[in-house]
Amino acid sequence: MHIFIIPLKKDFMKQIGNCILIAFVVANSACHGTNSSGTITSDTSKMLQLTPPKPDVTLALPEGFKATVFADGLGKARHITVSSAGYVYVKLNSDKKGKTIVRLQDSNGDGVADQEIDFGSFKGTGIGIKNGYLYASSDVDVYRFKLNEDGSVTNPSGPEKIISGLISRGEHEAKAFALDNAGNIYVNIGAYSNSCQVADRKNGSPGIKPCPILDSAAGIWQFRTDKMNQTYSDGVRYATGLRNVVGLDWNTTTNTLFVMQHGRDQLTMFPQYYNDKRNAELPAECMYEIHKGDNAGWPYIYYDPVQNKKILEPEYGGDGVKTAGEDAINPVVAFPAHLAPNGLLFYTGNQFPEKYRNGAFIAFHGSWNRAPEPQEGFYVAFVPFSNGKPSGKWEIFANGFSGGADKTASGNAVHRPCGLAQGPDGSLYVTDDSKGTIWKITYK
Amino acid sequence: MTIKLRKVSFFIFFLLLFGIIRVSAQENHCVVKKSPYRLSMDSGKKIYNLQCLTCHQTDGQGAEPLNPPLTGKQVSGDKKKLIEIVIRGLNTHEEIDGVKYQNVMPPNPEMKDQQIADVLTYIRNSFGNKAASVKASDVKAVRSKLK
Repeated sequence: MHIFIIPLKKDFMKQIGNCILIAFVVANSACHGTNSSGTITSDTSKMLQLTPPKPDVTLALPEGFKATVFADGLGKARHITVSSAGYVYVKLNSDKKGKTIVRLQDSNGDGVADQEIDFGSFKGTGIGIKNGYLYASSDVDVYRFKLNEDGSVTNPSGPEKIISGLISRGEHEAKAFALDNAGNIYVNIGAYSNSCQVADRKNGSPGIKPCPILDSAAGIWQFRTDKMNQTYSDGVRYATGLRNVVGLDWNTTTNTLFVMQHGRDQLTMFPQYYNDKRNAELPAECMYEIHKGDNAGWPYIYYDPVQNKKILEPEYGGDGVKTAGEDAINPVVAFPAHLAPNGLLFYTGNQFPEKYRNGAFIAFHGSWNRAPEPQEGFYVAFVPFSNGKPSGKWEIFANGFSGGADKTASGNAVHRPCGLAQGPDGSLYVTDDSKGTIWKITYK
Repeated sequence: MTIKLRKVSFFIFFLLLFGIIRVSAQENHCVVKKSPYRLSMDSGKKIYNLQCLTCHQTDGQGAEPLNPPLTGKQVSGDKKKLIEIVIRGLNTHEEIDGVKYQNVMPPNPEMKDQQIADVLTYIRNSFGNKAASVKASDVKAVRSKLK
């Protein structure tokens, strides 16, 4: 059922191609180059020629699919987006010689990036393209870069700041976002707490009621994409009661936002109700469909995927059985606990078989909170959708990122899936923020 | 045949008896011989498993970039800093070896001096660490200055 292919790209033609490209870039650099202040004056002035990456793990995929290592060694490669002309932009939460966005290009069409340009001066997670702009976020602000018609950035050293001053207090800082088709951007502002306890992550510490974090975090805020320097007062708290969302996407079938919540950690802080095994299984990692004004219930309830119920949190008087959260929305899909969904993508391409069209891919970063039980995750999952609703059970689509069952169980994974993007030809790109590898997954 | 069986049973009986005596002798031996260090390590391990393991993991390697590893000079070095972190917690998100860890360490002021000494002795002598034990008197001294 599964195949294992990652071809090594080291053929002679490629070497020749690289030589030609180097000559091209040298000529190009002479035309553009850098100005006296050292800032990038052209999108192509600092183009790097890449050597083909070597795969260090073998991915398992459904029959007919193939994965190639598109690039590697990028650092903390978080979210990813691809322009209509095929430029692959990767947001780094680390810096590569001072730069934090990587643009990759596969100029000879062999499925491997051979040219790279680095720009941007802010670490972060979010990146996306809409209507001629590249949007990217730090953990506090959101910026946009103007794109040329070919999808290259016109102002790599001078982006416009569209949102500033978002809360970032250590925990759940990533300002992941999604863009709709009506000029709005939906930004995650994660809770700076696990479960809104008086003492965060302290055994037995009660929850604060009402939770003061909900005013300015633990939700999705909606802003405009074309308005500069927006702050909280310019935005709308679009959804609340979401602990932390890293994977989110705008579904063009339903014209609604879908998010993947990172569920709470450490139920063993209440050992009278939760042992290690129960903690490893609870709560569900939930996919929610969001409408304006929705409340997903954090920190008062969690979703139990075994009982299929919203359960009162032990910090607020729960015992693992009492239900609550009547006003909170139900998940669309409940995944196993602690898998850390960091990427969500609704597939709208034509390359993959019919089953995958309009379905959801989810990149699971992998768990840590299941210890001492074995860790899980480190894979890309798929949920088929029909008419905007799940039409079947979720399944593992791409596995093997961790480098082996022992590495999955211990949590010492080689790679950790994070971001997802769809190329103009319908290929699926997956990032890894552990070693900075990018895979390109294609069908036949 | 019967005689032979009897002989065998007798032999087995003596073997078992001898075995039981040996096991009890060994148990006695262990209890008597347990050093303060060993006692501290055993108690420390129990505390670690209950209160520290979920974040810092079974192997003490933590979960980057959320929970820091319990290895290196931060753990094997100054006892006082470690004791203070256990009592007061840590939410400054300082970088450790270039990584900014995101989760907080909760304060544990209710832990007894001996418990803190035990768990720190265990951490300082596990996960590849080798450092001097922490004594209850060390904890007491640090705690008195924190007030």
